[in-house]
Amino acid sequence: MDNLLELKNVSKVYSRGVVNAQSTIALQDISLTLREDEPTILTVAGESGSGKTTLAMLLLGFITPTTGQIVYRGKNITTLQGKERMAYRREVQAVFQDPFAVFNPFYTVDHLLTVPIRRFKLAKSKADARNRMDEALTAVGLRPEDVLGRFPHQLSGGQRQRINVARALLLKPRLLIADEPVSMVDASLRANILETLRNLQRDHGVSIIYITHDLTTAYHISKSIIVLYRGGVMEAGDVDTVIKDPQHPYTRLLVDSIPWPNLDQRWGAEKIIARSGGNSEGCRFRSRCPAAMEICKTQPPLFRINDHHTAACYLYEKQPEVAAENLSELLPV
Amino acid sequence: MSSAVADARTDSTAAPPSEKAALAPVLRVQNLEVTYYTDLGRAKALDDVSFELRSGEKLGMVGESGSGKSTLALAMMRMIKPPGRIEGGRAIVGDTDLMSLDEDGMRHARLSKIAYIPQGAMNSLNPVTRIGAQMVDAVKSHLSRESRSAVEDRCAHALRSVDLDPGVFRMYAHELSGGMKQRVCIAIGILLQPQVIIADEPTSALDVVTQRQVMETIDRVQDEINAAVILIGHDMGLMAQFVDKVAVMYAGRLVEVATVREMFTDPKHPYSQALISSLPNLNNKGVFQGIPGLAPSLLRLPGGCAFHPRCPHGQEELQRSVRPEPVTLASGRIVTCHLYSGEAKHG
Repeated sequence: MDNLLELKNVSKVYSRGVVNAQSTIALQDISLTLREDEPTILTVAGESGSGKTTLAMLLLGFITPTTGQIVYRGKNITTLQGKERMAYRREVQAVFQDPFAVFNPFYTVDHLLTVPIRRFKLAKSKADARNRMDEALTAVGLRPEDVLGRFPHQLSGGQRQRINVARALLLKPRLLIADEPVSMVDASLRANILETLRNLQRDHGVSIIYITHDLTTAYHISKSIIVLYRGGVMEAGDVDTVIKDPQHPYTRLLVDSIPWPNLDQRWGAEKIIARSGGNSEGCRFRSRCPAAMEICKTQPPLFRINDHHTAACYLYEKQPEVAAENLSELLPV
Repeated sequence: MSSAVADARTDSTAAPPSEKAALAPVLRVQNLEVTYYTDLGRAKALDDVSFELRSGEKLGMVGESGSGKSTLALAMMRMIKPPGRIEGGRAIVGDTDLMSLDEDGMRHARLSKIAYIPQGAMNSLNPVTRIGAQMVDAVKSHLSRESRSAVEDRCAHALRSVDLDPGVFRMYAHELSGGMKQRVCIAIGILLQPQVIIADEPTSALDVVTQRQVMETIDRVQDEINAAVILIGHDMGLMAQFVDKVAVMYAGRLVEVATVREMFTDPKHPYSQALISSLPNLNNKGVFQGIPGLAPSLLRLPGGCAFHPRCPHGQEELQRSVRPEPVTLASGRIVTCHLYSGEAKHG
């Protein structure tokens, strides 16, 4: 079995202070497998503070896990060196949230594309480099003559974000980490960027981890979804079933709060319980949960609702348990 | 609690809100024009914008970035900075034309007649003073003679209206979550019970659950003080959930104003139609329909109708050379498009 990426019981704890050490569990016991031969789009969804950006940082190797391992094509990414590290750097690419912040305003946008070509020695000649740039830009639906040679401020947010995707594409990545790629882009341009991402997966065989708080776009672009809340998996499975028929009370709240552009599909009426701090033991959602029970003071395992759906909630304790390591088996690709 | 509101209301306006107030528009914007004089030329960011709003009404202002939504808000607040200039028009709140006030009069009108919750307002809280001090500041600059305890009552009441614990009064911004900070900003906005509240993308940085809480807060607060609310944003989903009327802006002009139901079921302007059909819903999974083309630069607007290069009906001579004027249709909705120039309401 060839795995592109494997997360084995990964946790990340941030601690601060020496005397009264306080620690925050940003991510707890996440296991996940992406197969090499089946490119997919997986959504990691959650509100701010759910650990979704921590996950992106871990996958990109910017921070190291406190416990557990991240294995990329058979190698632990924290110990990669030399050539292998360069290969990993090239094959795992990122698109970040803010299309305004990633450009250096003093350079034309070509800079963003020529640097990786030079760094990874992708082109033999100037003409070859130019060809590759043209190809990548065309693939994301931009006309090279429209954008090359321009400064970032001369381009729209959507164009800039597509150049970011083109930059990632240039490197022929195996895995793309897209951390809120459309949240700062106009609604009318979102569609274009999402379509670009989907084509990347479909036509170029790139697996994408799509990190977002926006379940609407998640539903449209991805195959499977993991819902995080304060570092733990609440619910996971096929994106259609999770969003159309959410089981975990937290996912229900999330889905209920999506402002659908539909006059007949109104926001739910029930009162939202404000988030409060604390409760590190047991179910993290307990203090806000309308269905909280005594048993929720212990950490709920994942229960298997059906072949492609699982929820970490004692409401489903009659169902068979799923070990955290086997989460990926329930995610369709 | 409610008597405090009623008192403040009678204090600040000559007559209590009556049937009369319900009929007459509380906000009338007429032919508002703003131009930015840049090195590259003149950019008309707001071109002949007119609309009306009654108390208790919620208007959603949508459009792409650069279409003039925020400029409109800033113009109404008279906060346009050079090289921008308000070139003409009126913004009448109650019976005061904000554009004719002197600087000091305008300073008093802000917050007491018309409040503005800017984009990213939650990041505008001062990190080194307590929330309470910032609220008291705002009240004191308008009602310098109000007693300390009355001011604090007013603040506590505002905090309660946005569903925050009065204890927040003594806290610092960093002790609050994003949603709480945003609600503090709303609380500051309603301290003096303005007749018009402008909220510029109040929830764009918040997750869906917090977003829903903040929008529900604005809704409740609006009911309480019976203000008119203008919600600026580009999230049509949020508009569908929240507003009564939608105004669509394109390249500095209002291209359509309609009730939210008309807008979603039967958009008239081709741009509104493209906007509505680009919306995601649960029934068309995997269909991505964007709006072709790019928003025009205000420095080089296409001649005639500014939307014609992207418009499916835009290839006629008329669209390319003649600027369409707003037309009021029989149902009372306003469309700025040549397609409807023959359908003007008669009489």
